[in-house]
Amino acid sequence: MRQLVPLTITFCVGTLLIVSVFIPPLGDLERTFTLWFDIIAVFAFFLGGGNLLRVHINKLRRRKTDWGFSIVTLAGFSTMLAAGLFKIGNPGDIATAVDAPGSMFYTIFDSVVVPLGSTMYSLLAFFVASASYRAFRAKNREATLLLVAAFIILLGRTPFGLMLTEWVPDSFSLLQIPNLAIWIMNSPNLAGQRAIMIGIGLGVISMSLRLILGIERSYLGGDNA
Amino acid sequence: MSFHRGRTSSLASGLTARLAIFIIVIAFLVTPTSWSQADGPDPVLAGSDSALASLAPITSLVAEDNTYDNGNALRLIWVPSIDDRLIDSKIIGYRVYRLAGAGEPRAIAELPPGSNQYLDETVLRDSVYSYYISTLSERAEFPSNRTAAISPQREWINLDRGYLFLIALAIAGAVIYYVTVAKRGKKLFVRKIAGLEAIDDAVGRATEMGRPVLFIPGIHDMDDVQTLAALTILGRVSRTIADYESKIFMPVARSLVMTAGREVIKSSYQAAGRPDAYSDDMVNYITDEQFGYVAAVDGIMVREKPATVFLLGAFFAESLILAETGNSVGAIQIAGTARPAQLPFFIAACDFTLIGEELFAASAYLSGEPRQLGSLKGQDVGKVIAMVVMTVGVIALTFAEAWKIEFMQDILDRLSIIFSTN
Repeated sequence: MRQLVPLTITFCVGTLLIVSVFIPPLGDLERTFTLWFDIIAVFAFFLGGGNLLRVHINKLRRRKTDWGFSIVTLAGFSTMLAAGLFKIGNPGDIATAVDAPGSMFYTIFDSVVVPLGSTMYSLLAFFVASASYRAFRAKNREATLLLVAAFIILLGRTPFGLMLTEWVPDSFSLLQIPNLAIWIMNSPNLAGQRAIMIGIGLGVISMSLRLILGIERSYLGGDNA
Repeated sequence: MSFHRGRTSSLASGLTARLAIFIIVIAFLVTPTSWSQADGPDPVLAGSDSALASLAPITSLVAEDNTYDNGNALRLIWVPSIDDRLIDSKIIGYRVYRLAGAGEPRAIAELPPGSNQYLDETVLRDSVYSYYISTLSERAEFPSNRTAAISPQREWINLDRGYLFLIALAIAGAVIYYVTVAKRGKKLFVRKIAGLEAIDDAVGRATEMGRPVLFIPGIHDMDDVQTLAALTILGRVSRTIADYESKIFMPVARSLVMTAGREVIKSSYQAAGRPDAYSDDMVNYITDEQFGYVAAVDGIMVREKPATVFLLGAFFAESLILAETGNSVGAIQIAGTARPAQLPFFIAACDFTLIGEELFAASAYLSGEPRQLGSLKGQDVGKVIAMVVMTVGVIALTFAEAWKIEFMQDILDRLSIIFSTN
């Protein structure tokens, strides 16, 4: 029974959504089901938020390693929750949006969360450098090919690339490094990406059919649930 | 006296006229919007500014039913004003007016210069509407003629998607056929997938080193098929972990994924005969915030130093940050996603990568169940169709372009119609 109900719901919703692609009067179903999903997800947030509180309160109570960070987490969680729930500092009345400019929620989000997020994102620059260094080491034939392609594209995106091959006559313009870089991106690279996309599309169809038909049920806890 | 009176009268009338002109001019300058918001097609225009009055309105305005919808949209098409130019244009945009039945006109949209169509999705089926569009300058608007009255119609079947239906039917039919064939006991060959073959070794390594396994199911919710695929692999991974008496930790970015993940791991531990070893603390919710989640997971990696990291699901900009941190702590990493833009990062930073469809094939591959393997075989029929179409398309395009063969151009046009379904 624990599996029968979700499997039945999956079958009905999946079938209806497929049919709605071809029957215009059912076209709004996708939006409706997405809305329902969002409502369910909001309720599930209580589980997530509760879990977060439980984990960090336990960590504090038992004085586990790095328990000090739990104080920061709990303080941040409570402050944002209070700012959002009570709309502290909101311009206008209670009906205004929780993230209206000027509100405490907006101010904390804009001046704390956004810069912290940007800081994490900026780490990507260093990780790209370290990952590229490893990927472009000419260990074998494929890696050498990758290195050469990457080198051409890097050069092609700089004025130096243009300077180097400006002398190549227009009849051989493909050999100019910027044009070569464009060709690599638009032909071999795009062909590879499209091949992957076709595979993904077919994989999604197959996986969806397995889910709709109830062949795949391990996401419900397998056959042991 | 009479002269004097007449002069006085003439002076008075002159003053009155000047005062009236003065008031009109002041009113004109102070309230420019009063005349720019004309609500009908009659040209209530700039008045004194003759240069503005010369702007041409749009022409050939037609309202038509938007095809294959639920009767909730009308499409307007027109030829922009001849004064609508890229350089030195006096036109600042267009304002669309709608009249419902015999009602008053109401402005429903403002469009930028250069616009030549608009889809009104705020109409009701079986109601009657007409439209006109005003060309806007800085200080005036110039209405077009009204369209004929029109009512949006509902269509029951989207014939534009007929080919899509046939293609979907062929692929779905093939999947179901091969599932049935596999159920009858026919052996199906599935090539080896290195990333999935390595799962047992990766978990074994974590057991030997006495370190945990970290499972990261992406940052999307349960409505993403990639997350579902990740959870199906989690079932197998957690079963192996339960067998090996190793430890698993799964930080998640969505509450529903936390609930589903706990359910999957719990079932695996039960199936392995070790329900007592299961704990809800194996799966923890961190935050929905993308980089907040990344910061927390990176911290866990650096502190706990997991021996094995699984990065399976929907990943975005965080993919490389997570994979490189895992790499820096010396973990063996198995990654997989259906986001082509993130695949190069995983390939560069991880030991094994499930590329696109391999992520979706994983559950079938790992379970070895004939019905699931049959679905993979059905998928191959789709690939054959794609290969045939691409080959025919390339040949047709080459011949049509190089030798101007009309027959090949016809094939190309037909393929374009079939595969450009909206």
